[in-house]
Amino acid sequence: MKEYKTVSKIAGPLVFVEKTEPVSYEEQVSFVLPDGTMKRGQVLDTSDDLVVVQCFETTTGLGKDTGVRFLGETFKMPVSKSMLGRILSGGGKPIDGGPDIVPDKRLDIEGAAINPYARGSPRDFIQTGISTIDGTNTLVRGQKLPIFSSAGLPHNEIALQIARQAKVPGSDEAFAVVFAAMGITREEANYFMADFERTGALERAVVFLNLADDPAVERTVTPRLALTTAEYLAYDLGYHVLVILTDMTNYCEALRQIGAAREEVPGRRGYPGYMYTNLACIYERAGIIKGLKGSVTQIPILTMPGDDITHPIPDLTGYITEGQIVISPELHRKGIYPPINVLPSLSRLMNLGIGAGLTREDHKKVSDMLYSGYAEGVDLRGLVAIVGKDALSERDQKFLEFADVFENRFVRQGADEDRSIAQTLDLGWDLFQGLPESELEKRIDRDLIKKYHPKYRG
Amino acid sequence: MEVKSKDTGILKRIAGPVVTAINFDAHMYDVVKVGNEQLMGEVIKIDGEDIIIQVYESTTGIRPGEPVTNTGLSLAVELGPGLLTSIYDGIQRPLEVLIEKMGNFISRGVTAPGLNHEKKWEFVPVVNKGDEVKPGQIIGTVQETRSIVHKIMIPPNAKGGKVTKIEAGSFTVDDIVIELDSKEKFPMMQKWPVRVPRPYVEKHSPSIPLLTGQRILDGLFPIAKGGTAAIPGPFGSGKTVTQQQLAKWSDAEIVVYIGCGERGNEMTEVLTEFPELTDPKTGNSLMERTILIANTSNMPVAAREASVYTGITIAEYFRDQGYDVALMADSTSRWAEAMREICSRLEEMPGEEGYPAYLSSRLSEFYERAGLVESLNGGSGSVSVIGAVSPAGGDFSEPVTQNTLRIVKVFWALDASLSRKRHFPAINWLQSYSLYQGQLTEYFDEKVSPEWNKLRAWAMEVLQKEAELQEIVQLVGSDALPETEQITIEVARMLRELFLQQNGFDPVDTYCDLAKQLDMFKMINYFAELAYAAQAAGVPPAQILAVKAKNEMPQIKFTKDYKPLLDSIYKGLDEEFKALRA
Repeated sequence: MKEYKTVSKIAGPLVFVEKTEPVSYEEQVSFVLPDGTMKRGQVLDTSDDLVVVQCFETTTGLGKDTGVRFLGETFKMPVSKSMLGRILSGGGKPIDGGPDIVPDKRLDIEGAAINPYARGSPRDFIQTGISTIDGTNTLVRGQKLPIFSSAGLPHNEIALQIARQAKVPGSDEAFAVVFAAMGITREEANYFMADFERTGALERAVVFLNLADDPAVERTVTPRLALTTAEYLAYDLGYHVLVILTDMTNYCEALRQIGAAREEVPGRRGYPGYMYTNLACIYERAGIIKGLKGSVTQIPILTMPGDDITHPIPDLTGYITEGQIVISPELHRKGIYPPINVLPSLSRLMNLGIGAGLTREDHKKVSDMLYSGYAEGVDLRGLVAIVGKDALSERDQKFLEFADVFENRFVRQGADEDRSIAQTLDLGWDLFQGLPESELEKRIDRDLIKKYHPKYRG
Repeated sequence: MEVKSKDTGILKRIAGPVVTAINFDAHMYDVVKVGNEQLMGEVIKIDGEDIIIQVYESTTGIRPGEPVTNTGLSLAVELGPGLLTSIYDGIQRPLEVLIEKMGNFISRGVTAPGLNHEKKWEFVPVVNKGDEVKPGQIIGTVQETRSIVHKIMIPPNAKGGKVTKIEAGSFTVDDIVIELDSKEKFPMMQKWPVRVPRPYVEKHSPSIPLLTGQRILDGLFPIAKGGTAAIPGPFGSGKTVTQQQLAKWSDAEIVVYIGCGERGNEMTEVLTEFPELTDPKTGNSLMERTILIANTSNMPVAAREASVYTGITIAEYFRDQGYDVALMADSTSRWAEAMREICSRLEEMPGEEGYPAYLSSRLSEFYERAGLVESLNGGSGSVSVIGAVSPAGGDFSEPVTQNTLRIVKVFWALDASLSRKRHFPAINWLQSYSLYQGQLTEYFDEKVSPEWNKLRAWAMEVLQKEAELQEIVQLVGSDALPETEQITIEVARMLRELFLQQNGFDPVDTYCDLAKQLDMFKMINYFAELAYAAQAAGVPPAQILAVKAKNEMPQIKFTKDYKPLLDSIYKGLDEEFKALRA
């Protein structure tokens, strides 16, 4: 293989190579340092006279004497069933001391878009055991539902609780977890690993770890490796795969870093203008394919800089994903776990997975009533702060109390408390006892009230 | 195939979806085939020797030195029988055919014609041998689906002349069905370049509403047939649900739905749901009047840029047949972002927020293709365009929203705080507007009821008043309001909860015709009149608000044959108020 020694410029993660044979776009590259170390890269821009290569590792030690080899193919990843139970680096190399992966297949990590016509309709309800998700923001197989969090909040605990408890009631199909960490600290990684080991989840998991001190550029590859693995497990082997990606904010920072090094025209807040498309190429790799057994469900986690939901990272994510679970610092400060604020949270695919024959006939209406009741109560809190509780009408006082009870009984639950969907919905009806029945009737048909309201059930 | 040397060049540079080629002749927007795999692309810039091409497929693995062939044609769509019920990608490749050709995932280098060229259609002529036919004229019909008769037309750019041959029979879209003395021969299919609006004689001012069955839209902010509307809103506020409700229930005869850079699962939802829903007008499946274009967010960005043009050209084609067409584009922001991405790859000087400086003119060109027109054949047809906008951070001051609002006449502002309260559709009644209100007054007067416009104005006034009163309530509490205002607050609440809120997932409430809308307006108005009168007669507001009959009102929404219930509510109101005043 021909080795070029024509590096003309190195800027951040980018290496400019002159006068090569024709090199293809997104081709893989090996850099050979004088001491024999190899580093990996990928072609970002190719023309007759100049090739721009992005190095996935730190460019420390690279110079004009570095040899450049073009490998003649795009980034492919070896995959096999034996990956289950393994821990790999953010670049896909085993770091658990075990043997190399013996590939069944080598797959392009970019993946291809699923033809929308080939997609199956997601409708299998995943019970996470967490009321604020199952009851009001239901997750279904094939969905991508991110967790929007902020620094210092227990998003990792929630993600782990979901990974532990998630099941499709009445189904015992093969289930796997793919976990990809991008730029998280060693301590956080240890926390995840300890939990995986404690619960035995590791044997059905594939873990990719790019830690905070690993090269930032490698982070742009990690989620793609994870999803390529997930797609293989799902569509080739028939597993139902839950993919947890944390923390997408670090991924976006890496994108911005590369964009800046390429001197691109930046979009909002310095993030590249193509970030929407780039994120979509990750998040859209969730779904179900008609006629195939498995599914890919994604739970990306991101920390909102400054708890600002309009920041480009949560904003673009929210426009691509099918809803979001928002974690609230206020609830966390009140000591409520899991501090999920249902008001800005949403699951777009919820209506496909709930109702008679799927969960329970009253699910949709109970959820709507919980939402509007809580929203009204929260609004009234603002009013009470000004005029005092006594100035409220009797009706409004009931809603005010409803908001408190909702937080303390519906939202709050133990980190190991696994509520069934029936328990969650019954809990909702239990809370409705505090509201006037005429208010319930605005949203719930009378028949359902007669059937489920504790007052009529005796 | 022999290719003249000047049609073939070579690739010089590849950087993402934009590539540079040299050594061939090209014109702007020529379609070219790029590389050994013959990927489809389009010339978007000519700079000295360099010809810059946007490629509709992934360019991974392409290298400098590979060939480029110019087809010499612009990006065009195939128009003819077989369009309806189709689902296309951004460049009119049927997704169903692509699965056969390349499996469940979108790969590349595959061409697929927009129409089925083997299928035979029953052609029935409506002109005879010897008749003079003009461009745009309807020469025959094909029963395309149970709902829609496809009208076959002479292409707009033809010469026309005397018919020398035409007969009924079973034909493919390529078979010649008509011959003229001008030596012109035409099959049923026409091709039309997507970036060129189809010609018409004259545009008229629209005066008929596009009815949607959605109370807040028909009742407060109606759009006209041939009009334009924008639905901006942050994520999760219900843009897509609103668009889908319009695609389902609007009384257009043809619906073109463009999923532009949006979610794959959402398109699947449309695909599984639409065939099962029935069109309230024809009783047939909704799919029979629908064409879907799906270019999801992870499909190539250049094809996303093309998808809105593909959609609107198909819409114009049905307009020329005399149909009322509604086009939904979800979301125009993703289209604008595709332009931004291409523009930044060209290293062009950007305008606001990195968007190209031509953003505003592209948006207005697109919306200007809507309208109620007299077509070349003298018939009348319309294209209504409803564009969703996804403003970054939900901030309406961003360039796409602002440039759109300068063009469109109806603004349905989605509001995240309403959707959080599960007030759906989460359209803010204070921010939204419709500039068609004046043009449509006459229609509502004559076709619905002379009371309609009065009730609408009354409802808007009450809602406006409520907003003012709420400010006071925030400061002093609702008990401190004067008694009449306490009733106003209650009436406004009824308008919001009963009339404006509509449950799209309830089988009955999802669609509400004008007659029922009028009945609901009247019912709330009747309560208001009784309540104000009782208050004036000295009944305390607390007693008025406790009237039991009003608790029955929400059931109206969920009841199909609601008339008996309505009668009993009126009776109940009369009795209770009589008792209160006694």
